[in-house]
Amino acid sequence: MDGDVLALRGISKTFGAVAALTDVDLDVAPGEVVAVVGDNGAGKSTLVKILAGVHPPDAGTITFGSGRVVISGPADAHRLGIATVFQDLALCENLDVVGNLFLGREPRGLRLDEVAMEVRSWELLGRLSANIPSVRVPVAALSGGQRQTVAIARSLLADPRVVLLDEPTAALGVAQTAEVLNLIRRLRDRGLGVIMVSHNMADVKAVADRVAVLRLGRNNGVFAAGEVTQEDIIAAITGAADNAAPGRTASASGPAEPPSGRTASARAGTESPPGRTASARDDREPRRAEEGSRP
Amino acid sequence: MTELRTRPAPAPPPGGLRAAARTTLDRVRGGDLGVLPVVAGLAVIWTVFQSLNPIFLSSTNLVNLTLESASVGVISLGVVCVLLVGQIDLSVGSISGLSAAVMAVLYVDRGLPAVVAVPAAVLLGCVIGWVYGQIFNRFGVPSFVITLAGLLGLLGVHLWLLGPKGAVNLPFDSGLVRFAQLAFVPPWLSYTLVVVAAAGLFASGHAHARARRAASLPAVSTRWLLARSVLLLAGLGAAVHYLNRTRGVGWMFVLFLALVLALHYVLSRTRYGRAVYAVGGNAEAARRAGIDVRRVYTSAFVLGTTLAAVGGVLAAARLAAVNQSSGGGDVNLNAIAAAVIGGTSLFGGRGTAFAALLGVLVIQSISSGLTLLNLDSSFRFMVTGAVLLLAVGVDSVARRSRASHGRA
Repeated sequence: MDGDVLALRGISKTFGAVAALTDVDLDVAPGEVVAVVGDNGAGKSTLVKILAGVHPPDAGTITFGSGRVVISGPADAHRLGIATVFQDLALCENLDVVGNLFLGREPRGLRLDEVAMEVRSWELLGRLSANIPSVRVPVAALSGGQRQTVAIARSLLADPRVVLLDEPTAALGVAQTAEVLNLIRRLRDRGLGVIMVSHNMADVKAVADRVAVLRLGRNNGVFAAGEVTQEDIIAAITGAADNAAPGRTASASGPAEPPSGRTASARAGTESPPGRTASARDDREPRRAEEGSRP
Repeated sequence: MTELRTRPAPAPPPGGLRAAARTTLDRVRGGDLGVLPVVAGLAVIWTVFQSLNPIFLSSTNLVNLTLESASVGVISLGVVCVLLVGQIDLSVGSISGLSAAVMAVLYVDRGLPAVVAVPAAVLLGCVIGWVYGQIFNRFGVPSFVITLAGLLGLLGVHLWLLGPKGAVNLPFDSGLVRFAQLAFVPPWLSYTLVVVAAAGLFASGHAHARARRAASLPAVSTRWLLARSVLLLAGLGAAVHYLNRTRGVGWMFVLFLALVLALHYVLSRTRYGRAVYAVGGNAEAARRAGIDVRRVYTSAFVLGTTLAAVGGVLAAARLAAVNQSSGGGDVNLNAIAAAVIGGTSLFGGRGTAFAALLGVLVIQSISSGLTLLNLDSSFRFMVTGAVLLLAVGVDSVARRSRASHGRA
């Protein structure tokens, strides 16, 4: 695909005898949210770690922007502009928001420039329209969604081009999930490529433009989120599509089906594939805002 | 309609005197008591002892109290550093004894000048901390065990150094002993220092507030800054005046205060200090943020042992002697207890340099008060133990309140 900011081709990774990833392709364009879904052990985390520079891939190529790149360490990923928000967020609960945002990246000098850091913090949080009451409270005082916001804001500090989110909504309640999904939309609207690893089909449908399914370490289909049904995704995840067991598909999709209202609105937002029209999105955003403002 | 998009970007909340007061009140309600329990405890202890023996709050006794506090206080300051990264140093007492012995042997037995003997002793403390750090980082031995081994091993070295005679007296006319026992700040200078401190507090606060206003962030009002400085001026001025009625403010105590202020600056205003708190709060997060966690651990151990060595030298100078019990007995536990009573968390990431100052004042007040009542050390241990438990108990209850209010 032309214009891809990040393209993976034929990525493989083995740990001893275990093939975690085999010949995996993935593309992310600027201003696009790609959801990576898959069952446990499908290789999602390995993929994240390869992009974050935690593990180098055994085979395959990574193209970033115009050229081929090698990501052999976290510093490489950082320098390229790939920011990763891990599932555990890696925040220091005893430090305040400013302290966490700038941890390890404080401006040089004999004395910390708290004023400059605080101004930049408000600016970053403002960019995300984040709902943080004060940047001078310890992170322990924040809710799960707010912490996720801080972690994402921290990833934006270095002006990345791709943001990698590992299970951003896994530990969150309904309102907080809505808040984080809004955040992901704002990242997209700012022209960043977003890769979101998730278990939650409803979240994936709500926010992703494309859905890449991994199964047993291999690609098992890439879907345009607006055109695919949740059942199709789940069939791809579980492999029900491979072994053609329609009975299992139905039962597998049963529990994951969200309340119908939400699905409908999510579909309304993504049904017109290329032009994610403003009207379609307006249709769902106020609703999300309501959810977000619920305590 | 698009409520979310038109919502204004988050703005800093308003500042000012009333807002500052409200924030403080909220914080206390939420269980973030800060130094409040220690100060209250100190007031209670002083009231009780004063009512039992009117000599307790006399100028003479308070001068002694400040001088007694300095050496344990400096050791405690080192303990704060180690506790902040979530580790512990049980060997500070042994290190203080050993450094005192090294200093005394070099200074008295070998006849080296003090400017060589004292730095040598302090350097020894520094090296011990570096070794602790290496063992901790390379082999992952818990700091509790490393420093417990240090406690025993270094005590052995201390006894071996002193040899069969078991004690070395420092000459009374030496500069070291004079510094610890007889050097007091002249009254005019002590008042000048008070004024400088108050003016400095105002100037730094004012500069900070102006920078914040220039960046359109909320800032404390000048009136509040002025009130704070005047309060400090009055409080410190009264204290200094009271001490000056007899011998005055000892240089050794001034040295301790200077160390507290220096460490406070390092911990709260520098990248290094931020890294120390980060490592104590979440070492893995600090590592991923690019902080060299191992170096932070090593530096904390080095700070702890170096300050312990300095404290040992000060204690020896104050006593004008080093013997087999130097740094033994209650020094170790007093120093650790002082740090904890002052509000340093044993789990890392919480506490300030002022914890050492306040904690050691509590410990020494108890010790001094009970001595005045002619009660022997058995009572001192019991009361200190009870106060330690009480202090940590108050902190634990406050922590539970903090947890229920969603604060760390």
